[in-house]
Amino acid sequence: MIRAVAQALLSHWRRHPGQFATLVLGLALATALWSAVQAINAEARASYAQAAALLTPQDQPVLVPRQGDVVARGSYLALRRDGWPVSAVLDGDTRFGGVSVTVMGVDMLSSPVMPDDLGDSAPDLGPVDLLTAPGIAIVSPDTAARMQSDPDGPRLILSEQVPPGIVLTDIAVAEALLDRRGEISRLFLLPDRQGRRDWAQVAPDLQLAPSRAVSDTDTARLTDSFHLNLTAFGLLSFAVGLFIVQGTVGLAQEQRRPMLRTLRALGVPLRLLMLCLVVELAALALLAGVLGLGLGYGIAAALLPDVAATLRGLYGADAPGSLTLRAPWVLAGLGMTLAGTALASLQSLWRLAQLPLLASASPQGWARAAARSARWQALGGLALVLAGMLGTVLFDGLLAGFALLAGLLMGAALILPPVLGQVLRIGARRARTPLAQWVWADLRAQLPGLSLALMALLLALAANIGVGTMVSSFRLTFTGWLDQRLASDLYITTDSDAQTQALRDWLTPRVDGMVPIRRVETRLDGAPGRIYGVIDDPIYREHWPLLAAAPMGWDQIFDQRGVLVNEQLARRAGLGLGDPVELGAGWSLPVVGIYSDYGNPEGQAIVALDALLARHPDLPDRQLGVRVPDGTLPALMDDLRDDFGLERDAMVDQATLKAVSLRVFEKTFVVTGALNVLTLGVAGFALLTAFLTLWTMRLPQLAPVWAMGLTRAHLARLELLRSVALAALAFVLALPLGLGLAWVLLTVINVQAFGWRLPMYLFPLDWLRLGGLALLAAALAAVIPARRLSRLPPAHLLRIFADDR
Amino acid sequence: MVLTVENLVKRYPGSDRPVLRGLSLSVGAGETVALTGESGSGKSTALHLIAGLDHLDGGEITLGGTPLSGLSDAARADLRRNRVALIFQQFNLIPSLTVDQNLSFHARLAGRDDPQWRAEIAGRLGLADLGARYPEALSGGQAQRVAIGRALALRPPLLLADEPTGNLDETTAGAVLDLMLDLVRDTGAALLLVTHSDKVAARLDRHLHLSGGVVA
Amino acid sequence: MTVDRRRFVLGLGALPLAGAAQAQGFAGLGTDAEGFALPARDHRFVFPRDHAAHPDFRIEWWYVTGNLTDAQGVGYGIQWTLFRSALAPETTAQPGDGWTSPQIWLAHAALTRGDHHHVAERLARGGIGAAGVRSAPFAAWIDDWAMLSQAGPEQDALDLLHLTARGSDFSYDLGLRAEGPLIFHGDAGYSVKSPAGQASHYYSQPFYQVTGEIRFDGQVVEVIGHAWLDREWSSQPLAGDQSGWDWFSLSFDSGDKLMAFQLRDDGDGFRSGSWIAPDGHTTPIGDRDIRMTPLDHSRVDGRRVPTRWQIDLPARELSVTVTALNPQSWMATSVPYWEGPVRLKGSHAGQGYLEMTGY
Repeated sequence: MIRAVAQALLSHWRRHPGQFATLVLGLALATALWSAVQAINAEARASYAQAAALLTPQDQPVLVPRQGDVVARGSYLALRRDGWPVSAVLDGDTRFGGVSVTVMGVDMLSSPVMPDDLGDSAPDLGPVDLLTAPGIAIVSPDTAARMQSDPDGPRLILSEQVPPGIVLTDIAVAEALLDRRGEISRLFLLPDRQGRRDWAQVAPDLQLAPSRAVSDTDTARLTDSFHLNLTAFGLLSFAVGLFIVQGTVGLAQEQRRPMLRTLRALGVPLRLLMLCLVVELAALALLAGVLGLGLGYGIAAALLPDVAATLRGLYGADAPGSLTLRAPWVLAGLGMTLAGTALASLQSLWRLAQLPLLASASPQGWARAAARSARWQALGGLALVLAGMLGTVLFDGLLAGFALLAGLLMGAALILPPVLGQVLRIGARRARTPLAQWVWADLRAQLPGLSLALMALLLALAANIGVGTMVSSFRLTFTGWLDQRLASDLYITTDSDAQTQALRDWLTPRVDGMVPIRRVETRLDGAPGRIYGVIDDPIYREHWPLLAAAPMGWDQIFDQRGVLVNEQLARRAGLGLGDPVELGAGWSLPVVGIYSDYGNPEGQAIVALDALLARHPDLPDRQLGVRVPDGTLPALMDDLRDDFGLERDAMVDQATLKAVSLRVFEKTFVVTGALNVLTLGVAGFALLTAFLTLWTMRLPQLAPVWAMGLTRAHLARLELLRSVALAALAFVLALPLGLGLAWVLLTVINVQAFGWRLPMYLFPLDWLRLGGLALLAAALAAVIPARRLSRLPPAHLLRIFADDR
Repeated sequence: MVLTVENLVKRYPGSDRPVLRGLSLSVGAGETVALTGESGSGKSTALHLIAGLDHLDGGEITLGGTPLSGLSDAARADLRRNRVALIFQQFNLIPSLTVDQNLSFHARLAGRDDPQWRAEIAGRLGLADLGARYPEALSGGQAQRVAIGRALALRPPLLLADEPTGNLDETTAGAVLDLMLDLVRDTGAALLLVTHSDKVAARLDRHLHLSGGVVA
Repeated sequence: MTVDRRRFVLGLGALPLAGAAQAQGFAGLGTDAEGFALPARDHRFVFPRDHAAHPDFRIEWWYVTGNLTDAQGVGYGIQWTLFRSALAPETTAQPGDGWTSPQIWLAHAALTRGDHHHVAERLARGGIGAAGVRSAPFAAWIDDWAMLSQAGPEQDALDLLHLTARGSDFSYDLGLRAEGPLIFHGDAGYSVKSPAGQASHYYSQPFYQVTGEIRFDGQVVEVIGHAWLDREWSSQPLAGDQSGWDWFSLSFDSGDKLMAFQLRDDGDGFRSGSWIAPDGHTTPIGDRDIRMTPLDHSRVDGRRVPTRWQIDLPARELSVTVTALNPQSWMATSVPYWEGPVRLKGSHAGQGYLEMTGY
């Protein structure tokens, strides 16, 4: 019996391959976007974990100085001479091969950190290569691909085990790369043996670094928000994809309803029928899941380089540009598909279980039921919005932001059908001609069947408006800020303090002015940060983009009585004007201004150069900002190269710097844009399946109108109009929702994720374009049913009257 | 008796007057019985109740010695699968299966498909050349012949037919009826046929007329 | 990963001791000495300068072995070895500074008992101060191990030494007092290692009286005995086809001492040695003058190692069997080899040390 039933059920798909493709594709799309995002997140997280594990191996005790960031050579020696197996590490950030990297210098003779795949890429590698000049630099293939080769530098060795953005090398090479000769930043305390005395007695200036979970690392802390962002996008598209599944499963069940009734009349027990349908759906879900995973893998692989660029640009965090297949990811993806299919099919299966053997249940039946629940739906939607707002009170940080977003979006989606129903009711009341009355009434009658697809469209449109507004506002703010911030015409980096001095002498008669750019890397509010020392120059007083400033703020800076902090630091540490900031041991100054500092994940402070020099006498003097008379820049740069002998890549003019910054910015939002478009596409597809589903139920309603003298072509045009009108209504409602979303993104999410708040700008032209796109999608979705209608043989319509199924 | 119906009562919700008010009838083995009546007289309702498709409100139906009241849904499905075959006015073929597959379908559900017997039926119903077609490509007469073939392929002791020729033009209807009655007699099955046509009824062994919810 | 890495660093050669014989010769010592200083026959030893490191040579060692007994007459052996290996030549005029120093220091310490052999190893880079040797006052050290001179200004720096080492399951703390002069092997300290002329600078202090204590298994044991210190440096001591060596330092009850080694190769091998009279007078022993014959082998760490030998030196009417105190004296270090105390029987009685590499 089961075989016969299965044959009958499956024969439906064979006869309707398009429907089958829609169902599988819908499910696959839902799975694809979701799992793509998951794959990207997993890849990046694995990379951070790998980096963290390399920088600080699991369960590896690390000794760090109690004060400052340099381990005294004497303490290192004392520990070794006492018998403690300590291995020295020097790490820091620098540019290497034209790329920003974290250099991790280890004593290659004793370090516990060493990839074991070096023999693969360099089988001839020996101790001489490792330990003597020029040494080796072990990098990931990703990093190597971005680096320029340097014949005089250390030999590049590739290892898959070294995370992107990290250069693992001998400490002797590291001290040269970092220009920190003789320094040690920390000590690995190896488990091999113990010393004669307690290490704390031997080196009282050192302490055990607190063991940090991977999730506590700076990178993880900074990038969590970004991954949460991606996850939210993935979930959104999964939800939209489920609307497609809901539509197609509903359509298939609707078309198979007579068959199912016949099967039961021929003596197939309901329980067996349900079981067959569930198994069928599960098989379909698995098939679609596998397809979706393949698709998702492809999307992830395509997006990953951009994600990596984003993470580098925004956070200085390095993620790999290539993808590895992970079993948990595959299982989670399939699980999501199965669960999603179950969720989306629940209604259809429930209706089947309730299917009477005899009565011909028409769509109007559940349409009426839906109308009854409209009020409850509206109330539920409002409750969700309120719950989202409550979430901002209950939770902290990013979670609060996303709770608000989730409540807003889901609530609005639920409210949409009742609101549309109300609008249509008002429209029907105002209709004058019978045809118009029929059209309005017909729209209302169709609403329950279309509402899920419309919800999907609403969500996609709102997300598009919201995210688009956020990105565009960001871009506008960012470019304006760049104009202010990059006030010098030319930026020069030198090799030594002496060269800087010579350059200053050389430049003085030739330029309008110059400012030194000098900084120390330190920790601010417990996280890595920088302190800049500035001289009193109009560049700062006139151009520096301040968000808040105390009166006479700059005077206080140059009197060494105040400090400027960037917005990120101010928000993170909860600093306001007048609050003291700790800038080093026993050194703190009150905040006299807060400046915007987009694109920088770290805390930053600005003090008078003299104040900084007093604390850091050996502050490097290697960068200059130069202002030149108009039109003289190209000539000056030529002279600098030809007369002064400065290398071309030591100079960056303002225009180039801006272009580079903007390019980084654009790259940053490539992924967001791509996900945005994909989500909209999925929503369009959902609309199409909804229309196709309704098509079979619509003929009984169209036939009488046709019989009363409307041509099929006229009906088809009305059909198109109906679709476009509904989409237009959805768009009108999506607009305020999208703007609300943008506001939450800019003022809540951004502040939590990046540490800066952005002003919101409106871009009506973008809305127009999006609105046009939505209408086009709706029209396209209605085109297939409308074409079918216009070509329908009259006999089909006649049959409506002949049999009532 | 293949079928005994005693004092059958059926009420529809929202209507205070029962459709059936103590209907009694019986069909013997191999006997063909016509049940006629006006529209709304409850003849189709009676047939559905006998087929176990609906619940009765009073009385008893005994199919091959098995009383229907008190049977679970699954047991009644079992009865339909094995002991009764239904022929509907709308044919109710499975649109995604071919004629051959439709013909064998009920027998396969019951687990007693007999290809030889099926081929013989198909031949006698004039369906031998249509085996690979799908129902949408059949004329009404062809479709009903497939439905009849599907029912007979099961070799049920009892056939229930609900206006089997109601959707066919008169000529076709006559031909289909001839074929069906011939085959029913050859297989020895009993037939209870609901129709509004006295002409059709006259061709069967016995003719019962339903009026006022009882056999007049 | 730690162990793998160490094998990775060391397994690629260049340290004075390495694993099995390769076509390149044991431990890669047969490779060209490009850029490194070579031993010279006319070298004049100057002390204390020559007690310290010679960074322009590829390899060098400070090597102490001792035969000790406790109050109950139980015998022990101790070993204290500091190797210096230069990855690149370094002249004293341009010393490698800090981490950039090409010097690698490796040390082995062992305590041998009749039924147990304790081993420890240390590894450090030069230039930082974790390991090194300085001449005045003389000190050789690596991490918490040290050989410190306590000699007065009129004495040779090596005449009075304080020697310490520590492993996870043993340690020792010994005083060494020399009762005779430094002696020079080969041609006044120029020791030839092959017929092709590979050579090293090689001198010894074989006359130490030892007092001190050893610790193992939670016990502290007072010991006395004798010790022998070898100093040797070179850049290319082995010929390309030499696969390993057997080295004996023997002290006879008569007061005479014998240093003898053979370098094994595909053919007959190459032998050399010194006969040291009680007053320090040293006579070189030529390749043909001495025979060293394995008598018994032991299974050690999966290898077949000769742990009983016959030594014949006809010119001195010497014919002794050399038997390991503990045949399992295996140095399971990053570059493994056999080294342990031995007992002598035959024409002369006595004790000594045996080192065997390349098995």
